[in-house]
Amino acid sequence: MDSRARNLLDEALGLDQLTQLKPPLGGKAVLIEDCVETSGSFVLHQLIKRLLTAVPNSSNVVLFLAFANPFSHYDRILRKLGCNLGAQREKGRFIFVDMLNVECPVGEEGKAGGRSGLFALFANITKVLNALPESNRKCLTIVIDDVSLMEVAAHGSSDHVLDFLHYCHTLTSDYGCSLVTLNHEDIYSSMDGLVFLKQMEYAADVLVKVEPLATGLAADVHGQFDGLQMTVLNRGSLNNRMSNFQFRIKENSVEYFYPGARA
Amino acid sequence: MADSICRTIRDGALEGEHAPSLTIKDTTASPYGFGVFTHVLSQASTLILAGKSQSRGLVVVAYSRSPSFYLDFLKRSGVDVASSQKWIHILDCYTDPLGWKHQLADSGILPSNSSAGACLFQDVKDINKLQSLILELGSGLVGQGKVRFSVAIDSVTEMLRHVPLSKVAALISDLRSHDQISSIFWLLHSDIHDVRVTTSLEYLSSMVASVESLNQSSDGLSGDLGNLSLLEQNFRRGKFHVRFKRRNGRVRVMNEQFHMEESGIKFTSVTVEDGLVSQGLVPKVLFNLELSEKEKLERARVVLPFEHQGNGKPIQIYDGRRSLAPESMGEVSADTSQSSTEECSNGGGEIIYFRDSDDERPDSDEDPDDDLDI
Repeated sequence: MDSRARNLLDEALGLDQLTQLKPPLGGKAVLIEDCVETSGSFVLHQLIKRLLTAVPNSSNVVLFLAFANPFSHYDRILRKLGCNLGAQREKGRFIFVDMLNVECPVGEEGKAGGRSGLFALFANITKVLNALPESNRKCLTIVIDDVSLMEVAAHGSSDHVLDFLHYCHTLTSDYGCSLVTLNHEDIYSSMDGLVFLKQMEYAADVLVKVEPLATGLAADVHGQFDGLQMTVLNRGSLNNRMSNFQFRIKENSVEYFYPGARA
Repeated sequence: MADSICRTIRDGALEGEHAPSLTIKDTTASPYGFGVFTHVLSQASTLILAGKSQSRGLVVVAYSRSPSFYLDFLKRSGVDVASSQKWIHILDCYTDPLGWKHQLADSGILPSNSSAGACLFQDVKDINKLQSLILELGSGLVGQGKVRFSVAIDSVTEMLRHVPLSKVAALISDLRSHDQISSIFWLLHSDIHDVRVTTSLEYLSSMVASVESLNQSSDGLSGDLGNLSLLEQNFRRGKFHVRFKRRNGRVRVMNEQFHMEESGIKFTSVTVEDGLVSQGLVPKVLFNLELSEKEKLERARVVLPFEHQGNGKPIQIYDGRRSLAPESMGEVSADTSQSSTEECSNGGGEIIYFRDSDDERPDSDEDPDDDLDI
């Protein structure tokens, strides 16, 4: 069941083949949208675990921008999934950037010496990239948890957040690294908020929605996963496929199954 | 119809007229506007290289893709990019639109920026400078004379993030009226903007091409499992609706369908019966709702328990007690003056049936409407 379960999520994210030579997500930008009834953070946890442990001695590096939770939170969860984040951090394969309680106000653009918080964050990301050997830069995956809290840190300036995300996106073209972002689709009620979400959707190569079941709460099915790989739009090659399956989050793993086919 | 657009772009501007301009718009429900944009781009490039277009050069203002993406795309489309510096310039507003990387390079954090095969633009908020650069690059391709060039903007949506609508409209209007501009086309994500913005840009366009989903009710990714098949179909194909605005004011509307393939976007005429719709209405469930061929044949052979079988054969009555096998059915003469009766072979009862049609003779001169009290 576990190997089958890996395939469903891996297929949806384009992680079918994890090898040492190929960048894990192929330089794609992945957007995960969830809601208050069903959290999509399990996708981030599974992804980190796959990137760091699936291929022994791989060059994969995860740069995690944490706006939502401290390191201990992720460490505890990933330990149950069989991944020691502390050890990975010591090896330099998991770089944790603690953005809790950090404010990123919009700087005085145009003025001499003017810098914004998110510009400084981008500068840190490029430093991490340049510190890696050139051949390994495409193996870097930047994970942001989550974009709505980045907006809060930027004092509500969604334009500034979009600028930052755009620059992160350019790194996928420049270096071949990958970008994974998590956002909550149900917190935007006004037109401006929806515009912000749609801007992110247009820029994504893989769009994932984690939602509750249409039939309501269930004890053994915790939600459904809808994924669309839009690489035909962004990378010029046709790899357009949809994924849809349900999942159940357990203590030490996650079960994935097609509707009605739960073992 | 997509060919009509490309022909209009090819023919370019008439003397004393504004250059033809195309808005391509899409939504997240059918986000294939970029596929249409690249299709028009490759067609325009092919015509320019072949010398069949009024335009002799192309300036691509790239906001949402890197210059290398466009060069790779044109190469995959069979366009000769080896001589690209002679006929195409890419104005790179994607790599470093706000100058962040330039600042990091000054600080020694990043190597110096260079946009291979493109002109790097690092101040997207300065629309005047952008306009000057577009004209300068275009003139650099075709010279200062009467030769014209085309302009393609890959995302006016992204441009509008940095510059207000009035300035974007002024830019497009100035370019349209410039002597050296042959044609302009751009992509707009209409669900990101309010109606005022979309309408303003449509007013500046002589052609508006809308990319829509086949099923209007679908909204990008829907969580409805029953519509997964329908959604999957929609994400490979959709409707292509084009509005042409003629100089005399006449508006012509045309419709096509499109689908995405390995080689790019393909356009087809709208079919009267689209099997996709009927196929898509059958929900994907675990039990079978459709008939196999064998089942359809057997259903066609069932003798219906009323008179007229509709097959041209003499009328037969089936009362449920006779065998259904064709060879066991004897032909009964259709004598309408007689009622047909059947005696049960086992005895004990019979059915006497008087047909209503027995009361009337087929060649009666009576007008059946005579008894109406009108």
